[in-house]
Amino acid sequence: MIQVEHLTKQYGLKTAIEDVSFSVEKGEVLAFLGPNGAGKTTTMRILTASLPATSGTARVAGFDCFDQPRDVKRVIGYLPEIPPLYADMTVTEYLIFVGRLKGIQPDRLPAALDRTLERLSLGDVRGRLIANLSRGFKQRVGLAQALIHDPPVLILDEPTVGLDPKQIIEIRQLIKELAGSHTIILSTHILPEATAVAQRVVIIHEGRIVAEDSQDQLSARLRRSDKVSLTLTQPPLDVSDRLLTLPGVLSVHQEGAATFLVETELGHDLREDLARFAVQNEWGLLELKLVSMTLEDVFLHLTQQEDGMDTAGVSAGAPESQP
Amino acid sequence: MSPVGAILRKELRAYFVSPTAYVVISVFLLLMGLLSFLAVANASNRSLQMLRGQGNLPELNLNEIIFRPVFYNMAVILLLVVPILTMRLFAEEKKLKTMELLMTSPVTVTDIVTGKFFAAFTVFAGMLALSAVGPLALAPFAEFRWEPILSAYLGTLLMGGLFLGAGLLASSVTENQIIAVILSFGALLVLWLFGWAGQVFADSVVGKILSYLSPLDHFEHLVKGLVETSDLVYFLAGIVFSLFLTHRVVESQRWR
Repeated sequence: MIQVEHLTKQYGLKTAIEDVSFSVEKGEVLAFLGPNGAGKTTTMRILTASLPATSGTARVAGFDCFDQPRDVKRVIGYLPEIPPLYADMTVTEYLIFVGRLKGIQPDRLPAALDRTLERLSLGDVRGRLIANLSRGFKQRVGLAQALIHDPPVLILDEPTVGLDPKQIIEIRQLIKELAGSHTIILSTHILPEATAVAQRVVIIHEGRIVAEDSQDQLSARLRRSDKVSLTLTQPPLDVSDRLLTLPGVLSVHQEGAATFLVETELGHDLREDLARFAVQNEWGLLELKLVSMTLEDVFLHLTQQEDGMDTAGVSAGAPESQP
Repeated sequence: MSPVGAILRKELRAYFVSPTAYVVISVFLLLMGLLSFLAVANASNRSLQMLRGQGNLPELNLNEIIFRPVFYNMAVILLLVVPILTMRLFAEEKKLKTMELLMTSPVTVTDIVTGKFFAAFTVFAGMLALSAVGPLALAPFAEFRWEPILSAYLGTLLMGGLFLGAGLLASSVTENQIIAVILSFGALLVLWLFGWAGQVFADSVVGKILSYLSPLDHFEHLVKGLVETSDLVYFLAGIVFSLFLTHRVVESQRWR
């Protein structure tokens, strides 16, 4: 549904994205993950055919974003980071205007309006001025704007930013409902969001794609060690040194007052050995659990590695996930 | 509905849900009313003087002593009023980031520029039509010819269109409405001054070019009742050129 090949965008001398390639299948939800300023918005704006790329190609539903902008614009719904709302219109007036702009035939407009209002639970505020709506409702009107012409492709730039937890859950739920029948690209710098809604994650950092895979595979591929968290009631002072004597233990970090993170060689499950060791020494074993690599670890790992290449010494404050 | 129609309706609505259109139209009509009153009072003074001096009432050309000065003054008022009608059109969309909605919708930049221009033009034409109250009110009491008045209205309509085009261009280069309005005042006054400069350097080629570029002479012909193709071409070309420049500005902003 979406093919992006070797996309590069330069603003003057500044390179916003460089050699970005990825593709999204029909019905798939892809999350763009990256810190602010990584190039997420730039990539999305190129896909909406409103921003021309410096080089490379982008195709949406078979249409070229540069050569056939009108066709591309017809098949996408786009929610920018700041919802493009006219504060002096009511919700209904606004959606009718957007519907006309998107080329919905006048006889189909009332039905499209009702369907969109219902889908986003905006029925109660349909007559209210957008200026008087809460942040959550404004975001929903923004989504309604992207959905009114029922486009097969949705591009959502940080759809949950600035919302309260309940509203975030609602929006995520809606995205999940739309998945399958719609191809969705969303960007976020909030890691759990990518996990919550997307099947596939593209991690973008300083304009380059640093990883692209499903979340499980990403963490599996990047995992170089297993980690076990160990909580003790009476740890001796030299607990780290004593643990390191066990075969297979690579390092020990103190996490809390009595919690230790034991890093072990990949494929060596040392939980049994650790349990026995702790019990034999009467350290008061409270908890022992395997720590799997979260998306956050993957993300930090990848982005910090990149920084390390650019400026030596930045990786000094490396996260736990680095071997 | 065509995309142009959708944008035109939205802009027209925006004029009338905010006080902008009402305030602009009211102030314009108030000034026009005062000017018309002064022009009529001046004309009756002059006819009284003539009656006293010569003992008989000469045939007065009302078109010349009432309507011509009114139209010239109206042009100056429009110079100040029209930029207020256009300042919002692009600057606000950019400031509120709603431009992004227009640019990601299946509409062309030409659709957007045309829709916005004709919305402003509709308001302007309506405002102008209301000012016809002046000559209509005078018609039962005085004798004058309607043809020069109609051609003067045509001239005002065309010159207003040119002002709107310049104002739209000014609005497209900035996010700030105040800057847009100052830029259009500046540009229009410079165009106006071209006319004076043309009179000062009337003998040289530069002077002739400046005179041609200024709307002053072209407008004057139409106010006098002279409908010439060259003047109509000047105004229409000016409108198209300003809209073309606006199109280029909006299009170029897409790349940044």
